[in-house]
Amino acid sequence: MSIELIANLSYILAAVLFIFGLKMLGHPNTARQGNALSALGMFIAVVAGLTAESIVSFEYIALGVVLGAVFGALASRLVAMTSMPEMVALFNGSGGTASLFVGWGTLYGSEINTFTAFTVVLAILIGGITCTGSIIAYAKLSESLGPLPFPSGAKQFPGQRIVNSLLLLAMVFSCIQFCIEPSSESYWLFAVLGLALVLGIMAVIPIGGADMPVVISLLNSYSGIAACAAGFAINNNILIVAGSLVGAAGIILTNIMCKAMNRSLLNVLFSGFGAAKQGKTIEGDVKPISVEDAYYILEAATNVCFVPGYGMAAAQAQHVVKELGQILEANGAEVSYAIHPVAGRMPGHMNVLLAEADVPYEQLVEMEEINPRIENVDVAIVIGANDVVNPSAREEDSPMYGMPIINVDQARTVFVLKRSMASGFAGVDNPLFFGENTRMLFGDAKESISGVIGEFG
Amino acid sequence: MEIVFLTFILVLSIFLGFELISKVPATLHTPLMSGANAISGITLAGAFLAAGSQEAHIATMLGTAAVTFATVNVVGGYLVTDRMLSMFKSKNEAGK
Repeated sequence: MSIELIANLSYILAAVLFIFGLKMLGHPNTARQGNALSALGMFIAVVAGLTAESIVSFEYIALGVVLGAVFGALASRLVAMTSMPEMVALFNGSGGTASLFVGWGTLYGSEINTFTAFTVVLAILIGGITCTGSIIAYAKLSESLGPLPFPSGAKQFPGQRIVNSLLLLAMVFSCIQFCIEPSSESYWLFAVLGLALVLGIMAVIPIGGADMPVVISLLNSYSGIAACAAGFAINNNILIVAGSLVGAAGIILTNIMCKAMNRSLLNVLFSGFGAAKQGKTIEGDVKPISVEDAYYILEAATNVCFVPGYGMAAAQAQHVVKELGQILEANGAEVSYAIHPVAGRMPGHMNVLLAEADVPYEQLVEMEEINPRIENVDVAIVIGANDVVNPSAREEDSPMYGMPIINVDQARTVFVLKRSMASGFAGVDNPLFFGENTRMLFGDAKESISGVIGEFG
Repeated sequence: MEIVFLTFILVLSIFLGFELISKVPATLHTPLMSGANAISGITLAGAFLAAGSQEAHIATMLGTAAVTFATVNVVGGYLVTDRMLSMFKSKNEAGK
């Protein structure tokens, strides 16, 4: 048996392990083994990749592997759980960048035909967009680069669409020119590379914080598609199989996120809510409540539901929330955590934070599950969520009309923990705050909840 | 013929991906995403070719960069997914 045959058989084994791994990642009980299985598949594929005949020198490979492994291991261990969205964004970016370089490096090998040139261009194009797009997403999520030039909110300027369309046209033109006469010295190659990097920046800059779950899962999909294109460029089966699995998975998640906001992907990517801010203003009196009064109501409640949003992550309140949940349970109340699909900054963000605080996943309920029985909830505690509980989404004349929400306004009592009366990302006023059964608990979420816990103690 | 064959694989894998992912509970969206992201580091297997073939100096440099980035993606992606999943506990395990 030749080495090449063994390598190809190993690729098949690796693909099977990836498939089973992904399958098992879909169930809470088997998820961890699934991830281990997929890692085993990766190990087999990588070792098989090393046996290729054309590899004659291993020094640079070893250098790259050691550097990458040290950095990856450190990053994954040291990062705080609240910084998970930006970490995932960075890993996405590095995958895309790697595919870009793989595609580019292919040009220096044997003769390049038009089809190979086309796949190389695709790898560079998608890899480049993933690279800078992820960096911008990281900057927005971590808010570490200050307000300028990478604002965490949506950044739009007049003529943006025209500029983007021109960039896209220039991109298509450069790609065609390169494919006609493919060579590693072609200037069109550098044009494609540069344009891809700029496009990545331009594509993510206008997207605001609340739309980040869509962007992150889309970039995840791109990094898979880039690997897939690189696979075509070097004629490698496993890159194509694994890349397209990831690409498909990313697209599905993106779609779930878009549905949860009742918006199309195009709408999220190109317009934002900015265009439709003229929702009617609501007037009325809000009813603030003190920590002490909140305690009396909670003490008597038999069914309590927490509804977390990005504010819980920002205030790092997940541990005190769980503590309060335990106290309420000990007090005889039924406790659940209702999680909207787009709460937070990445798909499943709230689930990860609550898992970190040791909340058992049986207590985490999805929107479809809680809404039919929300009327039996004595107290719904909204922590740093706004748009996902905005009842105006049920009214036809609202810009948010049609977005599925958690109907907390139908619970017997609603506590809203909030810093101020500012409207949510969508810029639409929230009639929930003026509701008959709503009580506002102003202040930092962590401090407010600690205060209530203190009352119980 | 090679192209047709590879495209065949591509199309089947995409359908398989859709089937595999479409029924995942929201609780697992983040681990699923970062686990899938780790798989996209498979481009490492291709990066070896560029880094180790000694065809041109630039190709070696590009390849080494590709190997580094892809390894970050693979190692970081799997470890961070495992760290997240280790926190997901059912009621029996979490009870103190």
